[in-house]
Amino acid sequence: MIEFHDVTVTYPGADRATLSTVDLTVDEGELCLVAGRTGAGKSTLLGAVNGLVPHFTGGRLAGRVVVAGLDTREHRPRDFAAVVGVVGQDPLAGFVTDTVEEELAYVMEQLAVPPDVMRKRVEETLDLLGIAELRNRPLRTLSGGQQQRVAIGSVLTAHPRVLVLDEPTSALDPTAAEDVLAAITRLVHDLGVTVLVAEHRMERVAHFADRMLYLVGDGSVLSGTPREVMAVSEIAPPVVELGRLAGWSPLPLSVRDARRVAHGLRERLAGLTRPPTPPGTGAPVLTARGIVVRYGALVAVRGLDLDLHPGRVVAVMGRNGSGKSSLLWALQGSGPRQAGTVDVGGVDPAKLKSRAARGLVGLVPQTPTDLLYLDTVAAECAQADQESESAPGTCRALLDRLAPGIPDDRHPRDLSEGQRLALVLAVQLAAAPRIVLLDEPTRGLDYGAKRHLASILAELSADGHAVVVSTHDVEFVADIADRVVVLAEGEVVADGPTADVVVSSPAFAPQVAKVLHPLEWLTVAEVARALEAAP
Amino acid sequence: MTRTAEPTRAARSWYRLPRAVHPAAWWLWALGMAVAAGRTTNPVLLAMVLAVVAFVVVNRRGDAPWAFAFRLYAYLGLVIVVMRVLFRILLGGPQGEHVLVVLPEIPLPDVAAGIQLLGPFTLEELLGGFYDGLRLATMLICVGAANALANPKRMLKSLPAALYEVGAAVVVALSVAPQLAESVLRVRRARRLRGGGQRGMRALRGIVIPVLSDAMDRSLALAAAMDVRGYGRSGDAPPALRRATGALVVVGLLGVCVGVYGLMDGTTRTLGAPLLLAGLALAGTGFLLGGRTVAKSSYRPDRWRVVDVAVAACGVTAAAVLYLTSSVDAANLYPSLSPLRWPQLAALPACGVLIGLLPAWIAPPPPSTAEVPR
Repeated sequence: MIEFHDVTVTYPGADRATLSTVDLTVDEGELCLVAGRTGAGKSTLLGAVNGLVPHFTGGRLAGRVVVAGLDTREHRPRDFAAVVGVVGQDPLAGFVTDTVEEELAYVMEQLAVPPDVMRKRVEETLDLLGIAELRNRPLRTLSGGQQQRVAIGSVLTAHPRVLVLDEPTSALDPTAAEDVLAAITRLVHDLGVTVLVAEHRMERVAHFADRMLYLVGDGSVLSGTPREVMAVSEIAPPVVELGRLAGWSPLPLSVRDARRVAHGLRERLAGLTRPPTPPGTGAPVLTARGIVVRYGALVAVRGLDLDLHPGRVVAVMGRNGSGKSSLLWALQGSGPRQAGTVDVGGVDPAKLKSRAARGLVGLVPQTPTDLLYLDTVAAECAQADQESESAPGTCRALLDRLAPGIPDDRHPRDLSEGQRLALVLAVQLAAAPRIVLLDEPTRGLDYGAKRHLASILAELSADGHAVVVSTHDVEFVADIADRVVVLAEGEVVADGPTADVVVSSPAFAPQVAKVLHPLEWLTVAEVARALEAAP
Repeated sequence: MTRTAEPTRAARSWYRLPRAVHPAAWWLWALGMAVAAGRTTNPVLLAMVLAVVAFVVVNRRGDAPWAFAFRLYAYLGLVIVVMRVLFRILLGGPQGEHVLVVLPEIPLPDVAAGIQLLGPFTLEELLGGFYDGLRLATMLICVGAANALANPKRMLKSLPAALYEVGAAVVVALSVAPQLAESVLRVRRARRLRGGGQRGMRALRGIVIPVLSDAMDRSLALAAAMDVRGYGRSGDAPPALRRATGALVVVGLLGVCVGVYGLMDGTTRTLGAPLLLAGLALAGTGFLLGGRTVAKSSYRPDRWRVVDVAVAACGVTAAAVLYLTSSVDAANLYPSLSPLRWPQLAALPACGVLIGLLPAWIAPPPPSTAEVPR
């Protein structure tokens, strides 16, 4: 169905080819997982399938890409509309109309599908994706998971034979992500659509996939069954890493596979105890009582109490729209807060000037680039020192600690997601706040970048900072958090040490906990340390 | 499919089912009412037009966001009336004899002879300003009614195929505008996190650069999304034909504008109708030529049914009746200010305006966009 013959893609100004001499075939009806580090060329590979690379993005493509008999050299992306459906990372950015039904019909209008066929296909697609009750809703009022399913529906109505999805679940909470992935697998199984999906959190897709394409990073692509590729790939989901640690063969790809071979490991670990979470050290540095945030009739945070202790990392979890961001902004003092008190060492940050408030509480927002506006990293750092009235070089020193080796003259837009996050974090830390809040920092980070972020956060908390992270990423939470707060509809539904909260929850339990249940182990690293220490 | 035994009753109940009336029908009705309002300064007639329009809007608007724009237009109308009267007080010349208050006059140099600042304020001036303002406000509120009743984007969808590209551009612009506003708010909020203490240009830069780079990213993403979904597949008409189509449409529409002005102005009878017809013919040819090269279909297109034609006809009739009355019996349409007289209400124009009320019953109720209760 999809054939790459000797494909090399080079962007202007790049010192090496993003893809070099790639030869691969994806057969009809396969679900194919595309994995690799950020910047390894996943988006380039996906874009090449329907000719967006190079017709739209520029660059030079040598070799041939043939999809369903059409060569991308002779056909423009628009000519592929009936053959290849493309869904991006941010569904809202790709919406052309403003209600669900019209969005589903758009591609068919362009293809001049007769009106009666159009009507029928819209109804079928609404049912197929379980979004029939949303048909008249404006797209902007839908939740993230619903938007992503509409985005998938909006390309399905053209009856494409190939579906290309670029990180379709990166912005979704675990349950919404499951919904979207379930819809995708249903398409593969019921309709025989060929699906190419890029996904950072491979643990979600690896066990559904028939084929895995792993972009090594030097322009070459490893193609094979997930089991073959996982055995050698540098990045792997926790369940695979646990399998490698325990020496299981064949490597398990799903929690189910792993549980069936995990008897021995569970018995070995039963005698060992998990290192206890250190108790809260010292008096809370931030005390919030009865926080209420509302936008008109919509109540985002409903009378919430929270204490933050120095040296601890708290993860805030919950559905999209459960009030996580509103809570963080209200704690920082810049966001709205209709009632309640926030007390940071006797001061309410909302009553201070913004410059003084950021010296108490630093917040890295969901789109960190909103804070950057200068043309070089050095200029941003200098500006940050001046704004926070700290000694010149403070921000640069922090940045070198968080992400070493970023050249001074680099434009912030040319940094990788992880580096940009580090830069914004350094800018915020320049004011030396004792409390650091991060709103969904893991969005778009690969395993490597996440591991690095985890070590940064561990260092911050070791320095005595109180750190709060809102995230959907359960594996990341298992890795970093001492305590987890779960929100629903603006209220706290669970609050306690990480193990107590996540192990029992089907949505929030990390893979290792699911494999080793009922033992309370959360990460591969913990298990490895315990096994090493054991006789 | 089974045919019911009582076709008339079945037809009637089908006809009462909620559905959206063709947006162009609402626009024609509303423009008709606006034209009718434009032909008179009689406050009684204008008040009737306002009442009719408001009644229809309240009865037949949907629950979509744009439906609530009507209130804004009403406020804007009020502002217009107040401003008109205030300007009359400020700048009104010595008119009429019924002095209400004598305000201290501000002397002006000789150059500005003929302009009087403040000074005695008469009832005639007050009424003159009020009638004028009310007429303008009523016309504006009629346009507001069209906006509240018809989905502006569906209106663009029912444009002729030749205007498809223009319509698509406008739709995209309409969707991008709120996104831009959103990203300005987001970035401003984020600036506070950094303690942005700058003022003036530097602060502006801190907001404008992230917003613009965000807007660039979004438009690129949107363009890519439109491209991969087949936008522009069929826009391959030969350039000569495209230019000819464009020229025909533009010249034709200009003709239509001048013609409409001529008709409504009423002073140059020779200019109006012929230019309007010629313009329509030119633009129509352009649309036909351009439409032939566009191969697209439309999802659930709005159709002109009997009811939709009737709705449009009500507005057009109201306008026609007032237009005719003005040549028969102008006195009632423009109440006299000197000598001051109570405005009279004649039967004919009143009936004309009341015809505009009919859509409140003949148009089917609007569909609900809320979720279906289960």
